[in-house]
Amino acid sequence: MAAPELRSINLNINKEQHVLQVLPWVSLLDALRDHLQLTGTKKGCDHGQCGACTILCDGKRIVSCLTLAVMKDGASITTIEGIADGEQLHPLQKAFIEHDAFQCGYCTPGQICSAIGMIQEGKAKTRAEVKELMSGNLCRCGANIGIIDAIMEVMEGGSNE
Amino acid sequence: MNNFDYQRAGSFDEAIRQITAKNDTKVVAGGTNILDLLKYFLTSADRLIDINHTGNHHDIRETESGGLHLGALATNAETAYHPLVESRYPLLAQSILAGASAQIRNMATNGGNLLQRTRCYYFYDASSPCNKREPGSGCSAIPGYNRIMAILGTSEHCIAVYPSDMSVGLAALGAVVNVRGPQGDRSIPFSEFHRLPGETPHLDNNLQHGELITGIDLPQKGFAENYSYLKLRDRNSYAFALISVATGLELDGDIIKDARIALGGVAHKPWRIPEAEQFLTGKPAVRESFAACADIVLQGAVPYKYNSFKIEMAKRAIIRNGMMALDPSSQLPGAQPSV
Amino acid sequence: MSVQPSIGKSLNRLEGHLKVTGAARYAGEYPGENLVYGYIANSTITKGKIKSINTKTALSLKGVIEVFTHKNRPSLAWFDFQYADMDAPPGAAFKPLADAEIKYNGQPIALVVAETFELARYAATLINVEYEEDTFETNLIDNLDKARSPKLGLATFLKPPPTKPVGNYQKAYEESYAKASGEFYHGTEHHNPLELFATTTIYEKDGKLTIYDKTQGTVNCQIYVANVFGLKYKNVQVISPYVGGAFGSGLRPQFQLFFSVMAALELKRPVRVTLDRHQMFTFGHRPPTLQRTHFGADTTGKIQALHHAAYAETSRFEDYTEVVVNWSNVLYPSKNTLMEYKIVPLDVFSPLDMRAPGGSTGSHAIESTMDELSYALNIDPLELRLINYSEIDESTGRPFSSKELRQCYLQGAEKFGWSKRSPQTRSMKRGNKLVGYGMATGIWETMQLPARAEAQLTKDGKLHVLSAITDIGTGTLTVMTQIAADELGLSMEDVSFSYGDSKMPFAPIQGGSFTVSTVGSAIKAAGSALRHKIYKKAQAIKGSAWKNLKIEDVVFNGGCVSLKKNLSDTISFREIIAANKGRMIKTTNLSLPKSFKLKKYTRAAHSAAFVEVEVDEELGVINVTRALTTVAAGRIINPKTARSQILGGMIWGISKALREETITDHEMGKYMNQNLAEYHIPVHADLHELEVVFVEEKDDIVNELGTKGVGEIGLVAIPPAIANAVFHATGKRINQFPIHFDSLL
Repeated sequence: MAAPELRSINLNINKEQHVLQVLPWVSLLDALRDHLQLTGTKKGCDHGQCGACTILCDGKRIVSCLTLAVMKDGASITTIEGIADGEQLHPLQKAFIEHDAFQCGYCTPGQICSAIGMIQEGKAKTRAEVKELMSGNLCRCGANIGIIDAIMEVMEGGSNE
Repeated sequence: MNNFDYQRAGSFDEAIRQITAKNDTKVVAGGTNILDLLKYFLTSADRLIDINHTGNHHDIRETESGGLHLGALATNAETAYHPLVESRYPLLAQSILAGASAQIRNMATNGGNLLQRTRCYYFYDASSPCNKREPGSGCSAIPGYNRIMAILGTSEHCIAVYPSDMSVGLAALGAVVNVRGPQGDRSIPFSEFHRLPGETPHLDNNLQHGELITGIDLPQKGFAENYSYLKLRDRNSYAFALISVATGLELDGDIIKDARIALGGVAHKPWRIPEAEQFLTGKPAVRESFAACADIVLQGAVPYKYNSFKIEMAKRAIIRNGMMALDPSSQLPGAQPSV
Repeated sequence: MSVQPSIGKSLNRLEGHLKVTGAARYAGEYPGENLVYGYIANSTITKGKIKSINTKTALSLKGVIEVFTHKNRPSLAWFDFQYADMDAPPGAAFKPLADAEIKYNGQPIALVVAETFELARYAATLINVEYEEDTFETNLIDNLDKARSPKLGLATFLKPPPTKPVGNYQKAYEESYAKASGEFYHGTEHHNPLELFATTTIYEKDGKLTIYDKTQGTVNCQIYVANVFGLKYKNVQVISPYVGGAFGSGLRPQFQLFFSVMAALELKRPVRVTLDRHQMFTFGHRPPTLQRTHFGADTTGKIQALHHAAYAETSRFEDYTEVVVNWSNVLYPSKNTLMEYKIVPLDVFSPLDMRAPGGSTGSHAIESTMDELSYALNIDPLELRLINYSEIDESTGRPFSSKELRQCYLQGAEKFGWSKRSPQTRSMKRGNKLVGYGMATGIWETMQLPARAEAQLTKDGKLHVLSAITDIGTGTLTVMTQIAADELGLSMEDVSFSYGDSKMPFAPIQGGSFTVSTVGSAIKAAGSALRHKIYKKAQAIKGSAWKNLKIEDVVFNGGCVSLKKNLSDTISFREIIAANKGRMIKTTNLSLPKSFKLKKYTRAAHSAAFVEVEVDEELGVINVTRALTTVAAGRIINPKTARSQILGGMIWGISKALREETITDHEMGKYMNQNLAEYHIPVHADLHELEVVFVEEKDDIVNELGTKGVGEIGLVAIPPAIANAVFHATGKRINQFPIHFDSLL
């Protein structure tokens, strides 16, 4: 077979246009981390089993490990580095700090991106629904209670179960 | 993952031409399963054809016969949250939402969901013998740790379980899979789409080389009044089923007029026994009826060393899910057991 | 306005902003000029020899730089002791690529270095290996006849062997009015921190190494690298500012460190080696353990006999041990005891401390046997603990340095509503769910190790403290800053703490709940010494006015030294620095545990856990609907981060009792669920109401801070409390963890 060639792709990441040369076998996650040094998006399993690499792609939360960078040519992506408005933290980021919703911090970017995606989806109303729809993000330190507390606080109109 | 060439197909027909033109050409849609498999070196490709930009097959629309058409490229989340699915086929919505995680459901497509491969430990361990991965190498699960494996429809070559939840819902609803191949279009009833392992455990389904799923058609009847999906697993969410049950009931007062029951986690395909459903017809919607039905469903079940519990668990799950179907409002997020 | 003490305040984590914005960088995220990627290939057999290993095809790929195997490994340290780290058990530490021998399944057999991660991963699959396979044994239960006593070594210093038998346990047990016994099995568990193990080694121009490593011990890794690669200590710097969880897995240098350093030295360029998730199952783990207990009591419930035996897996090359059986007689007085601990060497990698090692294993057997005994006696389980409450540690005859366990019991029972429990099993229901209440006691030894710290009064009159210690997510940065702030009467904003760097003053590995007591004490010592230095300078500046004062006559607050009697007679740190010609004032100090005094006492944190479970009567599905842990752990520096530590421990306990297990196929000698889809740790949907109460406890003996540590104690009591609650709910005593819900069908 002919050796696969580098592809030139366009990614709008955190409202900035990036042109990247990648081989087809580079995952979006590795493109962000290794090619763009956007290491805020974490690799915890590389197989869609932990949620640490969750980002927002065209407004939807996805795991960036299970998609190829070339497949997202032309997409708009928001990573944890693009969540705050300059120095002004997003309400979820503030709530995570206040509720001590992390310990080691490794799952945190994925949890926050996932929560933003979940709130935009608008399908979770109760605490039980939030827990279910956030279950794609694992936390090994056991900061789960703080994470859900922080999300519930930010979700206006969310009631506790 | 080996390196591969990557191309975006402009249409399904183009994709089919590319698949058939060159060996070891594979298709990617959502990517959630094939990238997992590629990274574990459980599959490889010289060329990956991206069918996400083919222009159609994303739609969810009513069919002429009063059913619903689900485009192969509509994501699991788009499908589960589609107003027509929510209102007319809530059993399907529930079964989809019981699978994977919200992020994965945002990526995974309906066509891809049907094609996902088993989670058998031994299939996933490239250095273990596995007839599904490497025909003729043997089955490690039969003598091995088989707690999660199948109890129905197994063969001496494979006892793997098919992992999709959505497919259990589709099986119960009697969906039809539309495929397109080099020879044109055809439709496959859901019960005939997936295969039992038999002598050919490497084949998960009856798609022919070069065929792509274009969509899934649901019949008119959606069991939207009385339905339930129950999933029993080792944690409350984001885990594959040990046992799952999709139940749809049509009631006339307390009497069952029509019933659908499909099981997941027990076989190489969603398990549906029409005789068991017919048995329920005309019976009162009470525990005893579901219990007798469960015995019929589990007839012929063969346990292995670590999964004999599955027979009793499946029976109880059928009974419970029958009761849950009588009161859909009681259902909990994540298809956990309720009433 | 005066600055109030920071200790005792619930403060947010200081690194919070960096962690919620993605700016916190972990070991595998440091860039390097011309950085290359290493990927490890693993053995697919369990035991035997590599007959041949062919790397030609892999090497032929454009972009593959080198493939290291045992054939071309550079000549390195020879002796076993050179590979032994601070936490090495007795035996010979694993030496990567040392020879052709395969000791366990998944053993690293080669490192591919390539220009990209993808290429290295792919090339690793092209290495052709022929093995000569040997027979192997990985099943603990099948090999109990090979159990033996462990060898003693340096690491056993913190892990004492069982106490000697007392009285005649056998006779006392037989004559007991009430008896309870059990056999308990725990399978293998893997730490699975969410961050994958990774090392980025930067080969500096002068040949020095800057190593970004995922570890719980920067100095430990520095010494290991220097010893193994024959480098001078000063030429090896190990940095780990952010560690994405570790839970014990980083207590020893992991082999990605070895590989990254080896390749960087050979190739003279930066090399990053990151493990895949399945490779996270190819090193240390909590060992499978079988325990047997026999407890006997008289008619009043007083315990007469205690027998606790444990048989635990270890590797063929190291005698890993845990303190599993030493606890029951510390908690419960008995005149007749027999404690046994044996290990069974098998063809696996050496086990490794995992959160509350030993304690969380032993507590299950002890506390579930106590529960069983309470039923045999028809005495409430909590009452039975109170009847047998130990005022001194009878296993050693020593008093406790402090012990507020009784308050843990009483406050916990009150808050939880323990009195609402009806004693019979299967007697409480909620709809179609059986409800069970269970409780258990937790204990974790309080330890302190030697450490150094540096304290600097900086040019701008602020305090800067330094230690080589890591912060694995426990809140070390915040807590150390609090301790330092109070030592000089400063607000948190005026104190900074540098850590996670082997160039900084010595700190031991971070674990065992001893970090605050160890490093906190060193910071206190350095802060105190700095205070004296500052005072001397202040005195000199003030001249005759302060000539006859003692340090007790002044107060340090808000960046000033002031006379206690006349606060307006003051001098600021800035003025002192100015008088010091603008140079900082600094001191480095060592803090040592006061061993002579300490050994007269048993020092331990205690807890009581109260758990409510709902069990689906028909389907067996278990939910921990409520859990409360009351903790007596001495002084709590930061209630907010301490609560998080306890909650994390409780969730780990739920996981241990109900979720996580490494599945082993003993015919193949390998782990089958080496991923996070089938290695089930709890998801958000698994976790319901969890509460933590810290009971007041003052301890003047353990260390100057009076702290006992909170990293493990939150875990210890939860698993048995869950097992006991499941028994109360269902009448079924499941002694194998995790409890599969199908075992309740």
